[in-house]
Amino acid sequence: MASEALGWWGIPLAILAGTLRGSAPFLFVSLGECLTEKSGKINLGLEGTLLMGAMSAYAVSYLTGSPWLGVIVAGIAGMFLGVIHGWLSQQPRVNDVAVGIAMIIFGSGLAFFLGKPFIQPSAPQLPVISLGAWSQMPQVQSALQISPLFLAGVAIAPLMQWFFRSSRWGLLVRAVGDSPDAARAMGISIFKVRMASIVAGSFLAGIGGASLSLFYPGSWSERISSGQGLMAVALVIFARWSPVQCLYASLLFGGAQAIGPALQSVGIDAYYYLFNASPYILTLIIMIVTCSPKRTLTGAPGALGQAQE
Amino acid sequence: MSDRWRSLLEKICIPVGALVAALVIFGLFCALAGANPFGVYYSIYRAAFGSWSSFQNTLIQASPLMLSALCTALPARLGLVIIGNEGALVLGGLAAVAGGLTLGGWGLPTPGVQLGMALAGMLVGGIWIAIVGALRHYRAVNETISSLLMNYIAIALLNHMVNGPMKDPSSLNKPSTFPIPEMHMLGNLPGSRVHYGLVLGLVACGLAYFLIQRTTFGFAARTAGGNVRAARVAGLPVGKLTLAICFLGGACAGLAGMVEVAAVHGRANESLNANYGYGGVLVAFIARHNPLAASLVALLLGGILASGGILQRSHGLPDATVMVFQGIVFLSVLYSDSLYGKLPIFKARPPKVRPAPPMATATPV
Repeated sequence: MASEALGWWGIPLAILAGTLRGSAPFLFVSLGECLTEKSGKINLGLEGTLLMGAMSAYAVSYLTGSPWLGVIVAGIAGMFLGVIHGWLSQQPRVNDVAVGIAMIIFGSGLAFFLGKPFIQPSAPQLPVISLGAWSQMPQVQSALQISPLFLAGVAIAPLMQWFFRSSRWGLLVRAVGDSPDAARAMGISIFKVRMASIVAGSFLAGIGGASLSLFYPGSWSERISSGQGLMAVALVIFARWSPVQCLYASLLFGGAQAIGPALQSVGIDAYYYLFNASPYILTLIIMIVTCSPKRTLTGAPGALGQAQE
Repeated sequence: MSDRWRSLLEKICIPVGALVAALVIFGLFCALAGANPFGVYYSIYRAAFGSWSSFQNTLIQASPLMLSALCTALPARLGLVIIGNEGALVLGGLAAVAGGLTLGGWGLPTPGVQLGMALAGMLVGGIWIAIVGALRHYRAVNETISSLLMNYIAIALLNHMVNGPMKDPSSLNKPSTFPIPEMHMLGNLPGSRVHYGLVLGLVACGLAYFLIQRTTFGFAARTAGGNVRAARVAGLPVGKLTLAICFLGGACAGLAGMVEVAAVHGRANESLNANYGYGGVLVAFIARHNPLAASLVALLLGGILASGGILQRSHGLPDATVMVFQGIVFLSVLYSDSLYGKLPIFKARPPKVRPAPPMATATPV
């Protein structure tokens, strides 16, 4: 392995590289979930959206030879699932968490069904931006190869923050999520605003999937997503529904995900599977620490997850 | 009286209608994928219920589904959406193997070993889901997300154990634990290939129904599920109820893991992680968290699962077809929830058919 020459320094370098490579899916899904939850709905089904995005991006990139077209189609495929979720979860007496679970099964089933022929062939990948040219060491160079989608996500996070804080549309989304009654009194269609937020959020989650199949790990298989879509839901709680904090949280989760492989690359593989579970354990610990039965979380949309009349 | 009948009719017609709608949508989907929908329906029917031999496959698939469904259905009575079935099942199976190997090593007779395996599976599965309940009650951690995360942690634990501390060195291609001796395995029902797990599943569903509908414990749980604040005012121990019902649910899923290990696989490996957990979630939701209905729905879903192979062989559809079908059924059933009390046929008004059903009941009484 390349890290051997660096000795123990290989571990932090490999974790850094893994963070830069692996946090883009977390980032996109958590931004999408953040937008959805700001409007007062929860979308647990983004795990299925992520898989659907990964599959369609890979398939389109393979069939047309254009990875960027794949990214766009991944977003559109996500929107398709988002429309189903947005419509169904707003029917009276339908629980949005249950719809989310159903959408995980439906979305991943559809992705596996349509993606079966694309497991073998290799599709053109997204271009890579190299930020490591200043270094002589090949390990550093390869660690600093960054996906253009990651940079796009880093740009979207502050944009979304601005959108919520300063734009008229952002105010509409927040009004619907915090106090639907007041929003209805203002003449806003709650159904339309929530539908738009869910569909836009699913678009982002679909692009997160494209980052899985077209950059890292850069292939399509049924095991390509390992719960990133679900962890993103917890990540949004951790980030207190703030898009910029979603960015930091995604980096943290990407780093946690890289611990297992990084240790394995220097020959520590006794607890390989347990280290691979570290993102889930980290999520659980974060939720235990940040949640409290005595108060609602600061930043939580007022009407989040409440039943519709 | 007639209102009761109408409401019962509504409770039967809406889920059945949802299943029919799901079948139609699935047929359209198959047609789009280039398969003949009627051929697909027929294949599913034949593979699930067509002959005694295929029905036995359905029954074998249904038993872990019944047990795993209770892991969602029981806590649902308390208003909790728990989907940690897969994790509790996997760890229950692992614990059952550990218990079976230990007790078998001590030279216990077969009934003792089997009882020990069942208890070990139930204990570990129960504690696993009780943790979810405790986090919910004491830390207000969302139980759906925590139980899902714990599924991944449980599968990592399984992989760690079968690749490390509990690995049988002779299992090269598929790392597994040491096998349970043949004589300690769960036997089959007389005259069939169906193992005793089916009996365990049916008994568990019956007991769960009795517990929820006919005991003070169940009444307290349903009250707390309806309104936590009112239950607290009434002095119900909500925390203890949460822990107890989560433990029972998890114990059922753990027992499902024990059944899979002790009757099907004979050892723990990654085959344990065969989506019976998520199937159980689906069963519980379709059955509207009623344990008796869950045993019937488990049969139906078991049949669908049993038909996965034939769809691949005779229609050229990928194995994920079954998963798409499950997703469509789930979505359709969820939508049907919004129809209760909305369809004019079931609204209270004097229809002409009214006298018929009450007379039918009047005769036996």
